[in-house]
Amino acid sequence: MTVPAFFFYLFSAVAVASAFMVIAGRNPVHSVLWLILTFVNAAGLFLLIGAEFLAMILVVVYVGAVAVLFLFVVMMLDVDFAELREGFLQYLPIGALVGLVFLVELVLVVGTWAVGPGIASAIKAPIPNASQVTNTEAIGRVLYTTYVHYFQIAGLVLLVAMIGAIVLTLHHRVNVKRQNISSQNARTRDTAIEVVKVKTGEGI
Amino acid sequence: MAVLVHDYLPVVVFIGVATVIGLALLVSPFLLAYQNPDPEKLSAYECGFNAFDDARMKFDVRFYLVAILFIIFDLEVAFLFPWAIVFGELGSFGFWSMMVFLGVLTIGFIYEWKKGALEWD
Repeated sequence: MTVPAFFFYLFSAVAVASAFMVIAGRNPVHSVLWLILTFVNAAGLFLLIGAEFLAMILVVVYVGAVAVLFLFVVMMLDVDFAELREGFLQYLPIGALVGLVFLVELVLVVGTWAVGPGIASAIKAPIPNASQVTNTEAIGRVLYTTYVHYFQIAGLVLLVAMIGAIVLTLHHRVNVKRQNISSQNARTRDTAIEVVKVKTGEGI
Repeated sequence: MAVLVHDYLPVVVFIGVATVIGLALLVSPFLLAYQNPDPEKLSAYECGFNAFDDARMKFDVRFYLVAILFIIFDLEVAFLFPWAIVFGELGSFGFWSMMVFLGVLTIGFIYEWKKGALEWD
């Protein structure tokens, strides 16, 4: 067995096993940790097909950011393990129904799938040889010019995500005193101090 | 393909060493440490009274907002890497397409700043 084949079977076996543990684990936090292991192994598989940029982005974005987000969500859920076990059988019929629908859909998609006849000629940019151009360079050559629409739509999707997150989660507490540095610095002796002559026994 | 795998040999060695050290530190206490458990030793220490409730608390939703804003700017920077590599051969169209992309996200950044999403309270 060659070295790439060995690593392919190692990465894919660990990825499948840890993906199974994601849904088999009782504790949601453990599930997220297994999910991180799945992401790392998927990044290894990307490396093996020569997609180095995608592999590193997978590690940076999914392991570094999305998994942390999932941990926040899981910890916000206020998990009660006894309650989780109680409700399991109650949700079994609807879960089985949804699973069945997905299975039928998958069978229909895979069973009737065929490669379109014009696909090979429709690819605008031929895939360059990996020994001549790096993966990152090959992406950069087409992403910003040929596929500029998808690139700009990605920017708009990020903008919508940013605004959506702020609208949904941001609520400032009232009566919080914030520091305003410019007005602090603009204070002079005249505006800050007032000298009052008070007559004895009268008050201000 | 073989060249690519050869390039990553140091990473494989690094992961191997890290795994061995991690497993050694995990397993050696079970083999070496003196163990004589009893219920009082294993119970949570709470200054004499029983624990009030679970240690798991609900997180503030603002952590979530910070994480989402981080992911968005993380992705923005990720798009910059291939652009920077092929910058010389892209021409003005590629340059301005990135500028429009950055401009759109800068609008979001200004919105975020003005809304006060970057302040904690």
